[in-house]
This record gives sequence, C-alpha cells and structure tokens, in this order.
Amino acid sequence: MLNLRLSRPKALLLEVGVVFLLVLATVFGVPPLLTAAGQAYRINLLGRFLALAIAALGVDLIWGFTGLLSLGQGIFFALGGYSLAMHLQLQIPTGQLPDFFSLYGVSQLPWFWYPYYSFGFTLAAVVLLPALTAALLGYLVFRNRIRGVYFAILTQAALIVFFNFFNGQQKLINGTNGLKTDTTELFGQLVSSQPIQSAFYTCTVVLVAVAYFLCRWLTSGRFGRILVAVRDDETRLRFSGYNPTGFKVVVFAIAAALVGVAGALYTVQSGIITPDAMSIAFSIDMVIWVAVGGRGTLVGAILGALLVEFARNNLSDQFPEFWLFLQGALFLLVVTVLPGGVIGWVRTWRIFPPPTVTTYPSLEVDLEPEDDQQDSRD
Amino acid sequence: MLSVLLDTLFDGISIGSVLLLAALGLAIVFGLMGVINMAHGELMMIGAYTMYLVQNSFGGLGGVWFESYIFLALPTAFLVAALGGLMLERWVIRYLYGRPLETLLATWGVSLILQQFVRSVNWAMVIGLVLWGALILTGRLLVWPRWGNLPWMSRVWVIAAGALAWGVGALAGERFGLALEEPWFGAEGVDVNAPDWLQGGIPLGDFQLPASRLFIISLTSICLLGLYLFLQKSPWGLRIRAVTQNRSMSACLGIPTGTVDALTFALGSGLAGVAGCAVSLLGSVDPNLGQEYIVNTFMVVVVGGVGNLVGSVVAAMTIGILQDLFSSGILPLLLGDKNPLTGFFNFFATDSMAKVIVFALIIIFLQVRPAGMFPQKGRSVDA
Amino acid sequence: MKRQFSRRKFLLYGGATLGTTMLLKACGSQPTPEAQSSASPTTSASPSSTIKVGILHSLSGTMAISEKTVVDAEQMAIDEINAAGGVLGMQIEAVVEDGASDWPTFAAKAKKLIEQDKVVTVFGCWTSASRKAVLPVFESEKNMLWYPVQYEGQECSKYVFYTGAVPNQQIEPAVTWLLKNKGKQFFLVGSDYVFPRTANTIIKGQLQAQGGTTVGEDYLPLGATEVTPIIAKIRAALPNGGVIFNTLNGDSNVAFFKQLKGSGITPDKWPVMSVSIAEQEVQSIGTSYLDGQYASWNYFMSIDSPANKKFVSDFQAKYGANRVTDDPMEAAYIAVYLWKQAVEKAGTASDLEKVRAAALGQSFNAPEGKVTLEDNHHLAKFVRIGEVQPSGQFSVVYASPNAVKPQPWSQFVASTKGYTCNWSLDRPDAGKFKMGST
Repeated sequence: MLNLRLSRPKALLLEVGVVFLLVLATVFGVPPLLTAAGQAYRINLLGRFLALAIAALGVDLIWGFTGLLSLGQGIFFALGGYSLAMHLQLQIPTGQLPDFFSLYGVSQLPWFWYPYYSFGFTLAAVVLLPALTAALLGYLVFRNRIRGVYFAILTQAALIVFFNFFNGQQKLINGTNGLKTDTTELFGQLVSSQPIQSAFYTCTVVLVAVAYFLCRWLTSGRFGRILVAVRDDETRLRFSGYNPTGFKVVVFAIAAALVGVAGALYTVQSGIITPDAMSIAFSIDMVIWVAVGGRGTLVGAILGALLVEFARNNLSDQFPEFWLFLQGALFLLVVTVLPGGVIGWVRTWRIFPPPTVTTYPSLEVDLEPEDDQQDSRD
Repeated sequence: MLSVLLDTLFDGISIGSVLLLAALGLAIVFGLMGVINMAHGELMMIGAYTMYLVQNSFGGLGGVWFESYIFLALPTAFLVAALGGLMLERWVIRYLYGRPLETLLATWGVSLILQQFVRSVNWAMVIGLVLWGALILTGRLLVWPRWGNLPWMSRVWVIAAGALAWGVGALAGERFGLALEEPWFGAEGVDVNAPDWLQGGIPLGDFQLPASRLFIISLTSICLLGLYLFLQKSPWGLRIRAVTQNRSMSACLGIPTGTVDALTFALGSGLAGVAGCAVSLLGSVDPNLGQEYIVNTFMVVVVGGVGNLVGSVVAAMTIGILQDLFSSGILPLLLGDKNPLTGFFNFFATDSMAKVIVFALIIIFLQVRPAGMFPQKGRSVDA
Repeated sequence: MKRQFSRRKFLLYGGATLGTTMLLKACGSQPTPEAQSSASPTTSASPSSTIKVGILHSLSGTMAISEKTVVDAEQMAIDEINAAGGVLGMQIEAVVEDGASDWPTFAAKAKKLIEQDKVVTVFGCWTSASRKAVLPVFESEKNMLWYPVQYEGQECSKYVFYTGAVPNQQIEPAVTWLLKNKGKQFFLVGSDYVFPRTANTIIKGQLQAQGGTTVGEDYLPLGATEVTPIIAKIRAALPNGGVIFNTLNGDSNVAFFKQLKGSGITPDKWPVMSVSIAEQEVQSIGTSYLDGQYASWNYFMSIDSPANKKFVSDFQAKYGANRVTDDPMEAAYIAVYLWKQAVEKAGTASDLEKVRAAALGQSFNAPEGKVTLEDNHHLAKFVRIGEVQPSGQFSVVYASPNAVKPQPWSQFVASTKGYTCNWSLDRPDAGKFKMGST
C-alpha cells in the first residue's frame, strides 16, 4: 500500500504503525463520532461491512493474486455463519431444543448439532470447516487441472449443491428461514445487546487487521511469488519444476477460512443467517468488491467491500430502481475502463509508485497463453 | 410398472429438452469463443417478453390469429434476441476476447442491467435513451472529428449527452405523469397465454401428455436439426467450425474471424430467444426468468463437452432424466420398502434434494472427465 | 484525502453510466461514511408538526414484486389521512426504506428507522422470515410494527400488530369448505419455507380431526419452475380426482398452473385451493389457466360494498386504471388507519405504551367489512372463498356471516393446542398461555 521508497524494514514498520493507528481510530474514534452524529445504527453497518471486507481479502487472495475465480465463496461464508449461529441457538437450558424444531415436529437434536455445544469446537469449526471443505474440493479440482472458467463453473455447481441442501433441510437447519442469533444469550447478555455488539465490532476490526497482515505475509515472500506465477502462467511454472496443486489447495483453503470467519462475524452482527448467503449473486458480489477496489491489492479489497456495500445501502433506498443499473454498470466499468479498480486508478496519479511484483510486462490483461484455450488434455 | 417408467422417461425428456433448447445457443457461443455469457438467461427473457408483445398485438385479434400467434412469435423472438446479442457482442464482448473471466463478470453486469431494464422500462426512459443514442451518434459523426478525436472530449460529450437525455426523459415523465411513467411490463410477471391447442394435452391411457411439452420437444428437435445442417452444410457453418477448431489458422486462411464471432453470437442469442418463447409456455414470464435457467444450462454445456452438439444433447437428457428420477420419488417406489437404498432415495425425493444430488454427481463426473463427455481432441499443452 | 478521492471515484463511475446525474445527486446527498460522521444531524431536527412513521418493504430483489403494491396502499392511506388534516393536527411523514428482499437488511433498516429517524411506528414486512428477522429489533427497542400479510400464526408479539389473516381466518375455513363441498382426499403442495410448512402441519391436523386424508405432500424451493415431478406425484396419489391445497408462492404458481392444465388435471375433478394467489397474481399467471380454481382470502377486489368501491376507485385514480387491489394491500391500508385511530384515542403518537393500549378494540370500516383489533393484536376479519372468473376477478362462493375472531396459536397443532394470547392482561406470559389459566 505505502510503497514510498523507503528501505524495507522502515516501510514495514510504517505500515504496521499506520494499520495500528487505523484500528485504534476505528475501534475508539468512529463509534463515538457516529453516535454523536445520531447515526449510531451505522456502527453496526460498518461492523458488518468490515466483516465482509475480510471475505473480500480472501477472494483477493485467490482471484487477485492466484487468478482462481471462485463463484462459490458463499459456501464458506455460510459454513462459518451457520457454525456460530448453531452454537448460539444452543445457548438454552439443557434438554430443550431450539424452538424452530417444534415447527417441524422434531423432538431429537440432529447428531451434528451436538459438538456445537462446545464454544471451543465452534470457534475451530468457524475456521476449519470452511478450510477443510475448500481443501477437499480444491484438491480434487486442482489435481485434475481444472482451471479458468471451468473452475468458476464448478464452484458454482458446488454452491448450488450446498444452497439446495441448506434450503431443503427444514428439519435439520431450518431451511429457508435460516438461524437467528439475536435472541439468544452469550455470557449472560442478549447477543443483540449493546455491549456484546460492541465486542463483536471490536473483534471484527482487529480481525480485519489480522487478516490483512496474514494476506500481506502470504503474498510478499516466495509463496506470494508462486501465487502470482500461477496466475500469470501456470504452464511455465509447471515446467520450472513446481507442482502448483499444493499451493493452490493451500491458498484456496486459507481464503475459505477467511471467508468463513467473515461469515461468522457478519452473522452475529446482522442477527440472522439464511441460505441466501449462498445465492449466486452474493458470491459474485464478493468478486466485484475486489474488482472495484483493485484486484491484487489488499487495501483495494477492503476498500472495495466498504465502498460497494455502503453505496448499495444508501442508494437502494433512494433509487431502488437504479441500484441494479448502477451495479451492472459497475461490473462493466471495472472490467473495461478501470481494470485496476480504485487503487489501480489512484496509482496512475504516480504519487505512490506501483509495486513491481509481476512476471509479465503487462498485467492489465488477464493473460491466457493462447486465445483458443479449449480444454484438450487427452 | 412399465407405464410408470415410460411416464418418468417422458417427463425426464421433457425437462431435458427445455434444458437443451436453453443450452444450444450457449453451447456454440462457449464452444467457439470460450465466452461465458452470463446474460444468456436474460436473452431468453427478452425472447419471452417478445412473445408477450406479439401475443398482445396479434392474440387480441382472436380466432385463428390467437391460435397461431406463436408461429409469428418464434421468429420474432429469434430476431429480437439475436439483435440484442449482436449489440452485446459489438459493444462489450468484443473488447474482452481472450479474457474469459472478465467476460463472465461483464456479462453478469449486463444481465443485471437487462433485468432492471425490463422492470422499469417506460416511455420516459425510452425517450431518454433514444435521445442519448442520437446525441452520441451526432457527436461521433459531426462533432468529434472537428475536435481531432480527443478521447477526453468524446467522453465529456457522452456524459453531457447522457445528463441531457436523462433530464429530458425525467422532465417529460414529470410533465405527462402516468402516461409516460407507467412501466411497460413492471416487476410483476406478465401473462403469456398459450393458444388453446397448446394448453391442453393428448390423452394416452390413464394420463395425458401435455401439448406444450410435446411442442417443446419438437421445437428442440427442429432447432437442433437446423443448427446441425447450418453448421455442417452451409459455408458460414464451415467457417464457424474452422474458427472453433483453430482460430489463428482460420484467420491466416482469410476467414473474417470478427464477423464469424458476431454471427455466432447472434445465432446463439437468437436460439436463446426461441428458448425463452418455449419456456413461457411452461412457467412465468418475469424479469427473473433467466436466472432460473442460467446455471443449469452451463452445466449442460460443460458436462457435454465444449463445442460439441452431441455432447450437449446427451448431457441435457441425462441431467433431465436424473432430476426427474430423483425428485419424483419413483426410485423408492420401485425398490419397495424393504430395500436399504429406499431410505436414501427417499431423502433425495424432493426438488431441492434432487438438485443436490444431481449437481453433486456433475461435480464428481467432472473429476473423472474434466473436459466433459465428448472432449475436443487437440495437442495443446495447456488445458 | 480519502474523502476526496472516493468522491471523484463516484464522479468517474457516474460519467460513463446512464445514471450519471442520478449518481451526482447521490454523491451530493450521500457522502461516504467518514464524511457523514462529521455532517450535522439534520434528520432528527425535523419540525414538530409532523409525525414520522416508517415503511419497510422490499423495493428491490425478488420480493419487490409483491411488496411494492403494499407500499402503494400504505402511502395512499397516509396521503388520505394527511389530506384530511393529519393525525392530532400533525402531518404524517413516511420514511421509506428498502429491505432488498434480504433478511439481515430488514433488521438493519428497522434499527435505522427506529434509532436514527425516530419513527413512532413501522408498517412493513411481507415474508415471515423478514418479520422474524426484525422482531428482535422491535422487541429490544420497544417499538411498534404493523404487519399486513396473512401468515402461519404461531406468534403473538407485544410489539407487533398483525392485520393479515391467521390460519383460522383463511386456511382452516377453506379446508372445512373443501371437505364439505369438494372431497376428502387432499394433496398438499407448497413452497419450501416456513409458511407452507406450518400451514400444512395445521391442515394435516385438521384433516385428521375432521375426517379427511392427506394423500401426499410436496415442496418446491422458492422460485423453482420445474414442476413436472410434483405433477407426476399428484397423478399417482390422486388418480381419480381429489383436492389440491396449494401454498406455493410467487413464480412457482405460474409454472404449476400452466403445467397442471397441460397434464389434464382440471378443476372439475381436481379443484385447487390457493392461499397465496390474489388478484395481482391472477394477472401474471393468466386467467385462462386459473379459470374455475379457488382461493381463500379476507378481501376480494370484487366485493360489492361502498367502502370497497371507494378504495378501488381511489387506488386506480392514484396509480393507474389497470391496477388491481388485493388482500395484503387492503390489510396494509387498514393498518395505517387503525394506527391513526389508536394515536387519536391515546392523544399521543410517541408514548407507545399508550398507543398500544388504545389500539385494542379499535374498529374500522374496511373494504372487506367492519374489522376489529382484538386483544391478541390480531384482527377479527371476514373469511371469503372466491372462484376465479375469466375476467380475472373472483366471484365469492362463500363468505363468513360475521368477522371471525383470530386464534394466533393453532388449535390443530399438538404443541400449541389450548394456548391463547391476550395483551390486555397484565401477566408476563400474556403472549402465550394456556386457556383458562389465570
């Protein structure tokens, strides 16, 4: 982000400092300011959108840096969200069932709910369940060298599978209605109450910073270079003696874990998780956050998520009819006019020199080695 | 028992033929250009709305006009959707060849715009759009050349023209109220009433074959046959096949690949329009129509193998029959209560769960045959 | 610096879009969050001569189709009241928010309406899922929601007034009527979410109690249009005719009726009773497919009464002559008037406890007839069953002689049998307690 020409350690120190200050400002500065301005409900919005920014970081990691366009990130978002929501649903006297079960005449808690009584297991599940799912799916897919649009379509198929499963299983997870988190208690407080919500807000801000540094670390060293190489010319990488499968599986799993954490944080701050988190549109929205901010830049991912979501939130009230036009136009524009997103566009001002992590001279184009790249392996 | 199986087979083929008709256009577009057109479903929607318009202008005449308006609607829908596809190709997709992922995002954007356009289009908006188009055209022909084609000047012109056009449209709407501002279609679905002979069915034993299903099966067959003949027997079909197989070589041999692209895209979009007419016989005609079909049609193309009509046919029928087999609950019925698999199949005997298992099977299948049932042979190292 | 470029960014985007000017306007009035924090809180400083109410429906997304019509009805009621001098001498100012068919958005917008706009009541929601999503907000803020749609019951919140029907005012009478006039064998078809699931649980209980049988039950995901397998199931389960009870929602209905007709399942032997198809839906399905089918509602546009004639003609004058009115719209219209009456009786709009107490027992001469708000926060309403005519209107084949009292807790579901709700009582479990217990 701040590639002023400083020596590496100094630049790093500066970056850590800036992020730290931003975190402090967001945690302690913004809520009182918004409250003073009579916009207290926007704290909650900001918290939710920051949670989405974590998801955007995950998407940036696989799409921006590694060139894998996944249209199935909603799966991991929902897995994270449902995990935490299930734990919260179980915060009731022992022996009782979450009340939606009575609607369907279920008297016995389904087996997979039991581990969620444990808070530790839930926290692990929020991270690991999406990561393991992604690792499994990724291993199968990448081992078979499914890439590009085929990967995108395959992830979309996976999304449909999960969506329909969650949507169709009323008796297991309440189907279309999803799980509510607002009315249950955590540490003796209602989840929707002020202190708990502020705690989640703080937690989200800190985790955005953590996720940022994680991604920064992943994308800066050798690992990062291999990711970029996968994006720019996988064949060449393969010929250089690397097996990209392992790297792709790892990065896909890490991205899924990030999206899962985002899902959990988003769920507790919005009070409900439904299978709609796995709608096709939402997963594509995640990609557009990154595209608007600037793919391949971490700050861009965070900024993109915040900008797009706040725009949606504000514009869809005032011009509900025009929001979809705008959203459509946004897709067209970031692809045609602004391929570098906001950050890329800012960089053209040459105040901050662009970074130099590229393997090809011109990366504006999503290079495919040949334009007739039909699948023709056998 | 036999009649149950035949019934299931017929239902499966019905579902499959709808899928196939919707996927035909996509199959050739994806096969030729590697373009994932997420707006394909919206081109179907345009076809369905064209059918609605034709119905309103000719169906109202009653009698034989109403009985046969569908035969006018089909070619009209083909033309309208083909024109829409042509514009999409010329204005957007042309700039994105070789970047399939970007194309995917851009066409998704187009699909959102088209959906909202159908919801809110009214006279005021059309006036604004036409004015804007006219102003841009004027600028392009008369004004820009004198400015030495400065890129930023043309941009300013487009923006200013847009603002002016929007202002005029809004003013006109304000002035004339509902007359101009009433949406043509609105967000609600519109009613497409099939001719009477398509609403009924042909009695067969103790049940009835729906006429609309039979019509769609024959329409699909005709489209398939027509497409096959076009690709195999006509000079442009030859060119399309050549470009599909090797774009650079075709270009070297003097085939105008740009024109071939545009033509293929228009053809594929036109087929989507026809498919839109067909599905309007079965379901609702509303702005979300395209979304229902888009993912399924992609699956048909990918499972079948890119650029291969036979593959698409087999894939569509397989998916259709599997979907029906699972969701109609025939399997547990056949297996009886004793069989241990009965419980398993019962679990999947709803529409949602049938989708779960069919798509899971697709994913598993693609692990075994990543390039689909009938992959294209080639020697490129890059998959 | 940050502030500046995000504005410029907006300008750039706007530049190439059709909505350039729209965006400029949006930029002017909607700065980025950083900017907004420093903006003066103008919204809360409104003059005291208006009362702010919220309208919270989906204006975009899949539910917009249905919910927009309800917004129209609510705004018409508010305009009428304002034209007649307002309430307590003050004009009503409606703050409209878009729930965007997304349940978390509904909850966030409800919070916004209450905390930022300081509305004294909200008219809103359509789906049960959206109502359940905003319910915790209204309960923790102790605000007031008017919910205008028929729903599955099994809920009775102190902070919600329900002006749509509960099952004993729509579904149960329809089942009784079908048993008496149409047949004993029922096939239940529904969309896969809470309303059809609960409704069908009730229907199955009622059929068991009243001598009918459920021969099959199946659900389609919301928005699904491939109904072939369901029709095959119906044919297998009801080979010689029987009743189909339809709780499908939205687009699936169109596919269902079109393909039902094609398969030769006609209303003479297989009558379909629907509870989610009103005049609005009849229009988009096409009357030729629906001719002779039944629907159960409290209100039909064809009701011949002076109040309804006025309602319909006012509505068409305001929104266009080809618009139709239907049950949820009428219920939304009632909601606004009942709220007004409650405020006038309480003499205050902002003391919600008083308004809530004053609302109980209010009557209103609605288009459907004279309705009364009962102590359980639901309306006593008239039950009607209509048959679709080729004109797209319903002819009423059955009408309840009196307004039917609402029973939010279904008496046909084992877990709620014997329970009731009465908010005029001062007891902690007033929302759900065993009848006869004190």
